[in-house]
Amino acid sequence: MAPLLEIRNLSVSLELPNARLHAVRGATISLDRGQTLGIVGESGSGKSMTALALMRLLPRGAEVNVGRLAFDGKDLTAVPDAVFAREFLGRRMAMIFQEPMTSLNPVYTIGRQLTEASVRQGVLSAKAAHQRAIALLDRTGIPDPAGRMSQYPHQLSGGQRQRVMIAMALMMKPELLIADEPTTALDVTVQAQILELLAGLQREMGMAMILISHDLAVVSEHTDRVAVMYGGEMIEEGRAAEVMAAPKHPYTQALLKAIPRMDGPPMKLAAIPGTVPSAISIPKACIFASRCDLVRDVCRSERPPVQGSDEHWRRCVLTEAELAAGRHVAPAEVIVRSAIAAPASPVIEATDIVQVFQSRRRLFGPKKENRAVDGVSLTLKHGETLALVGESGSGKSTLARIMLGLSLPTSGAVLMQGRPLADLSPRQRAALVQPVFQDPYSSLNPRRTLAEIIVRPLELRGDGTSQTRLARVREVMDMVRLSHRLIHTYPSQLSGGQRQRVAIARALATSPEALVCDEPTSALDVSVQAQILNLLSDLQANLGLSCLVITHDMAVVHQIADRVAVMLNGRLVEEGPTDTVLNRPIHEYTRTLLAAAPRFRAEEPRLELSRHE
Amino acid sequence: MNIGIEPNLQAADEPAPLTPQQIMRRRARKHRSLMIGAGIILVLALIALLAPLLAPHDPFVQSLGKRMLPQVWAQGGNWDYILGTDQNGRDYLSRLIYGARVSMAIGIGAAAIGLLIGVTLGVLAGYFGGWVDHAVSFLLTAQLALPGLLLAMALVFIIGPSVWVVIGIIGVLHWTYYLVVTRSATQRIRTLDFVAAASASGATPRQIIWHEILPNLVSQIIVIFTFELGIAILAEASLSFLGVGIQPPTPSWGLMIAEGKQAMFYRPWLVILPGICLFMLVIGANLMGDGLRDITAPEGRN
Repeated sequence: MAPLLEIRNLSVSLELPNARLHAVRGATISLDRGQTLGIVGESGSGKSMTALALMRLLPRGAEVNVGRLAFDGKDLTAVPDAVFAREFLGRRMAMIFQEPMTSLNPVYTIGRQLTEASVRQGVLSAKAAHQRAIALLDRTGIPDPAGRMSQYPHQLSGGQRQRVMIAMALMMKPELLIADEPTTALDVTVQAQILELLAGLQREMGMAMILISHDLAVVSEHTDRVAVMYGGEMIEEGRAAEVMAAPKHPYTQALLKAIPRMDGPPMKLAAIPGTVPSAISIPKACIFASRCDLVRDVCRSERPPVQGSDEHWRRCVLTEAELAAGRHVAPAEVIVRSAIAAPASPVIEATDIVQVFQSRRRLFGPKKENRAVDGVSLTLKHGETLALVGESGSGKSTLARIMLGLSLPTSGAVLMQGRPLADLSPRQRAALVQPVFQDPYSSLNPRRTLAEIIVRPLELRGDGTSQTRLARVREVMDMVRLSHRLIHTYPSQLSGGQRQRVAIARALATSPEALVCDEPTSALDVSVQAQILNLLSDLQANLGLSCLVITHDMAVVHQIADRVAVMLNGRLVEEGPTDTVLNRPIHEYTRTLLAAAPRFRAEEPRLELSRHE
Repeated sequence: MNIGIEPNLQAADEPAPLTPQQIMRRRARKHRSLMIGAGIILVLALIALLAPLLAPHDPFVQSLGKRMLPQVWAQGGNWDYILGTDQNGRDYLSRLIYGARVSMAIGIGAAAIGLLIGVTLGVLAGYFGGWVDHAVSFLLTAQLALPGLLLAMALVFIIGPSVWVVIGIIGVLHWTYYLVVTRSATQRIRTLDFVAAASASGATPRQIIWHEILPNLVSQIIVIFTFELGIAILAEASLSFLGVGIQPPTPSWGLMIAEGKQAMFYRPWLVILPGICLFMLVIGANLMGDGLRDITAPEGRN
């Protein structure tokens, strides 16, 4: 039987201001009915472009070339756009996008958006569509589905909107569902539920599904087969469990080692050096060669061959034996959690912090109170890494701003090295604590060069002469391992990981006692996240920094934190040493968070671990 | 051996080749109407600057014997007075060339005064919010409710006309675009993390505004400046046409149209020529403004 979807040699190129970007090259996919395929890759790997090309949703200026593109045996390249939109989109293949906040139209009711397409296309009568919509909302786990039909998107939470999106995609019983990062924008506990829901629906309805994600663990848990993409090419494909257990491409191997894991003691992560390349010209050699540990001369001059069976293939010159050897090299270094001596002096001490936000509906309307932080006491001790965990809206970022001294709490006191915050001038405060933000794209002024950005805190303090300041800039750039060549570049010329290094360098310029990092890696790719996490651990060990790290990722907590504090609805619900909290959580919510963290289904035996024990 | 691979594939830390300024320059060169607009403005600016060298005659010297000479292409025209003379026998070409000076000075001067007022208010309102924002918004509403031309006429009438007064009054009445745009842009930029990072480093609001916010507003301000340039030039022409702007004998295109009006039916070129000049200058300013907006639009940013 012919496969449901067959794509051979798909290439997509995009127009850039100064060049053409070959976003996808030679992608090949074959998917049977009822089967699930995961496409994994870091940003810029071309995974979304592949899906968008199939759905004909590519941005303007994109050029598609494909050897064969067939759906259910029918050649899609011959189908004109209008017919494709009428007969295939929504009816036979549907797509779910990443951002639930913007993928629903805010001015129409949920019910109208759910039923519109199927009624207009004459698939269902208005009444049947209404009933099916309610049934699907019910199935996707939205409480009071009939009542929701007349509500508007802003009345739903992010997770609920994504459920609505799923229901909408399933209205016309498509044979193929494409989910492009369906959970990336959601909280961890909600992520797990949505993925479970998708997997359940896929089985029930016998759909084929393509799940696109940057998270290897998520994909391996929920799909039959996995295709790994890198720099616009598919470099490995095979059964999900097998790819996880015995990855056969150096990139996949490196990627798995770069992911922080929660089994066993935290290891120094095997970060992949450098960043994901973008293909401006069509490469004539192995695309991963510049970052590969096992690189040979031939990798730099010739295209690697496809090896292995149809069941599990890779695009690499190395033999099985060479790869297997590569899997077990270099025992990772165990990170020793600093055992903080009990009377370690506190750097920042927050007691009974309450932050109330007031909002009015109208100019003279009644005030509404929102207690974002509700009586929290938290102490950051000298030399430790304290992780503050919670979901969006739990008040963790508000608390961080208060501990940074950026905003004043409604009540409660913040002491920095024993002195009340109010007694410190902004300059003194800046010398004690510095922030690192989540989004490296908005944390650097786009109009300033790196040198200007990093030197600014020193200028503001009026330290030294311009020569000594420049020397300090070079020094901190070394600390965060940024090349001096970048000193006169602008942020837009850097990758996300490099920008985050710049942000850290700026924070370190004035040699502060403590860093407050708000989700420092959640906007970064896995391989780059490993670089930044390693960097933070090193800096802390070498400089004796104290770090307050805000995160939602339990694996990151496990990786770098000495102590954990868990926040829920503005209150601290659990606090303690990392190992204790992660292994024997007391609060129900901590357990939920831990259970929601994606894990690997099939593990290779952790040989590195036994060597240290 | 690295055949055919982009440099940034080899060395991981290699920066992308273009700075934001380079990208902008590249886009500008490809944008045809921007180039045309900038070309027109440049040529007219040069004419205005070099007026004493270019003008064939003194634009103020009246010669009653040579009144209303026709243009060179009309019957009886001669090459001494290419564009003929006006009712007082002054060389029309020279007057048009000197008129460019007045238009340019008023356009640039008034747009700059408006910039100063509008950007200051906009940044303050956007950055501080609260009652400052309310106060500025009230000012804006009040300004928008006033009939601009009428007010300008009244003010010129009270203060007394001169080039400087006209520049000042037009400038003081044209700051609303600057305010609206810079206010909302400042509100957006203020929430970005680099502003928080600066204040965590102990920067004062003043330092944040000058060092972090204003550099990010420059491209938008330039765009509005070019649009306001065109608007101010037209405002001067209207005032001069109505007799409360530039006073004779200073040559101004608006005033020349007003003076040519009586002879419009048998010497139409007296009105058409300054009209063409005005049209070119304003269309040049608008093409340039449009083009600048296109190449600095946020969606096109890399």
